[in-house]
Amino acid sequence: MATPKELRAQGATPMVEMTDISIAFGGVKAVDQVSVDLHPGEVVGLLGHNGAGKSTLIKVLSGAYQMDSGEIRINGDKVEITNPRDARSHNIETIYQTLALADNLDAASNLFLGREITTPMGLVNDAAMEAECRKIMGRLNPNFRKFSEPVSALSGGQRQSVAIARAVYFNAKILIMDEPTAALGPHETQMVAELIQQLKAQGIGIFLIDHDVHAVMELCDRASVMKNGQLVGTVDIEDVTDDDLLSMIILGKNPAGVAA
Amino acid sequence: MTETTSQPIPEQQKRGLFQQLELDMRLLGMIGAFVILCIGFNILTDGRFLTPRNIFNLTIQTVSVAIMATGMVFVIVTRHIDLSVGALLATCSAVMAMTQTQFLPNVLGLGLDHPLTWALTMVIGLATGTLIGAFHGWMVGYLTIPAFIVTLGGLLVWRNAAWYMTDGQTIGPLDKTFMMFGGTNGTMGTTWSWIIGVVAAVLAIAVIVNGRRAKLAHDFPVKPAWAEAVICAITSGSILGFVWILNSYNIPTRRLQRMFEAKGETMPEGLEMGYGLPISVLILIAVAVVMTIVAQRTRLGRYIFATGGNPDAAELSGINTRMLTVKIFALMGFLCALSAVVASARLANHSNDIGTLDELRVIAAAVIGGTALSGGIGTIYGAILGALIMQSLQSGMAMVGVDAPFQNIVVGTVLVAAVWIDIVYRKRLGAK
Ligand SMILES: Nc1ncnc2c1ncn2[C@@H]1O[C@H](COP(=O)(O)OP(=O)(O)OP(=O)(O)O)[C@@H](O)[C@H]1O
Ligand SMILES: [Mg+2]
Repeated sequence: MATPKELRAQGATPMVEMTDISIAFGGVKAVDQVSVDLHPGEVVGLLGHNGAGKSTLIKVLSGAYQMDSGEIRINGDKVEITNPRDARSHNIETIYQTLALADNLDAASNLFLGREITTPMGLVNDAAMEAECRKIMGRLNPNFRKFSEPVSALSGGQRQSVAIARAVYFNAKILIMDEPTAALGPHETQMVAELIQQLKAQGIGIFLIDHDVHAVMELCDRASVMKNGQLVGTVDIEDVTDDDLLSMIILGKNPAGVAA
Repeated sequence: MTETTSQPIPEQQKRGLFQQLELDMRLLGMIGAFVILCIGFNILTDGRFLTPRNIFNLTIQTVSVAIMATGMVFVIVTRHIDLSVGALLATCSAVMAMTQTQFLPNVLGLGLDHPLTWALTMVIGLATGTLIGAFHGWMVGYLTIPAFIVTLGGLLVWRNAAWYMTDGQTIGPLDKTFMMFGGTNGTMGTTWSWIIGVVAAVLAIAVIVNGRRAKLAHDFPVKPAWAEAVICAITSGSILGFVWILNSYNIPTRRLQRMFEAKGETMPEGLEMGYGLPISVLILIAVAVVMTIVAQRTRLGRYIFATGGNPDAAELSGINTRMLTVKIFALMGFLCALSAVVASARLANHSNDIGTLDELRVIAAAVIGGTALSGGIGTIYGAILGALIMQSLQSGMAMVGVDAPFQNIVVGTVLVAAVWIDIVYRKRLGAK
């Protein structure tokens, strides 16, 4: 299988192309003419200061927000994503920064929310869902025990594990991770890093939003930096240093000698 | 996702005998309060409160509010409210009264007591309620008008639509078959009641056994077998006990005589017949079972609770929360119409004030039954028990001879106190 870099060099069609995306909230241009793309097996980091517009940009792709203008192509075909159901039908899965869990339901119900396993009679099969939930949590967070409690009773990191499980369980082709490790301990963060490597090897494309420049350097193939709703630039991780990325984030300028 | 290092299931540690029953403590608390209430009134009324006759009356008086309360659970769980249920009941009742006394006889030539009359009437009434409910839901979900406002408007509109339709007249008598769906006008008799009771008890045990099997199939922890047996015994015992009580309320001799006369027969001397299960109570039980299944075992129910817990999360999970709102209010409207059947059949006519203040009784029943106004929490059985507690309070105080103003003062106080106790209880448990 060709690496993402080779694919780009060959001029292969990206699995996701977001072109000139703009969205404003009551006059504030949260995202302004931003273009990013993603190839199979590639991890693209999205960086930028708080309020730069990273979450807003990916929420356009996940169907949570509707863009004011711009174009989204999946595998070369123009698509309309007007709600989260559309995004899911394109195998786009999202871990939201706010996690988007129903606090009153248990882990299994959240994992399968909107896609419940049902019995032949069409009733929800809680036992089967809990069994599946135990399996995947065994991989993601082996210390997780609270299967029969509502997720409001979980710690921040445990909740995050549930949200991650939900995104990776359903065979996503395109994965959006908005600060997936924000609440995780060092060990759990390491497990998510390994998970990302595995998913990447399976040919899944990942948008990763993370404030940790070191993590981005380690996990990503490319990084797109945003500032005040605009794209500062997209760089190949191999061509830049931590300091280059930091100065892009802080100064909003491309480092000398690196093509966008 | 192919790797399977599944999570170990923790060993069941030794616990107290009582805890091994894994009973719902909230439910136990409510039943406890209800029992204390009944015993208290029974003492105050020198044993008149807990007679088969009074229990029978209490049950048929509770049905209409209890049916609507099950729907109100879903409405409140999704952080909405419906202030229009009493008025909607009145409109449905008026529509059905006019249908059977005016529309069907005059337009289709079907007289009162024609075998099709009751069925057509009910179809039209239930459709009316469902459509109006769906309309409310559409305004709440798609036009994003707060449910409080939509249904406050609905309260005025539908109360007076009913008035306009009937010119404020009492409409009666109603179709004989139609009237069987409420109160003493339609009961199953003792034999059938026993049969239904036994079948229900067997079904209940089957459900418990099945649930245990499903858990065992996935190696999940189960209660010890003896605990399961105790629960089976309590459940089937309560069902049969309830049937036994209703069966022991005998039809008054005069009424029995009239029933025989109507058939052109004479009543054998000294004959005694129990009422048995009222049809309206069977309807309530059916509604309770179906609504519980919807709440716990269907996607619709799962989405209702998810939306109540976190509307944004539900939407982001691909749930069409707007359409869900329409469905919930349509269901509420359907149940209002069903209550309208029961209420007008029990009174044997449609009166202009039917269902007045029911919105408050229904909301109170749901809330006393543990439905949280902040959303996401509520049970069907709780709401029904809540309705029963409210009705018992009201009837009990009337029997004791408490003045009318004090009755309402007490009911209002109990509502507030019940919610406060619930809040304290939930804090203790550490749950939200
Ligand atoms: N629903 C909304 N309504 C109004 N303004 C919004 C909304 N969502 C985001 N914004 C605004 O859009 C801008 C971008 O926000 P966004 O959440 O995309 O930032 P971010 O890059 O994800 O920041 P962070 O690193 O803090 O998560 C901010 O100015 C924010 O206030
Ligand atoms: Mg963000």
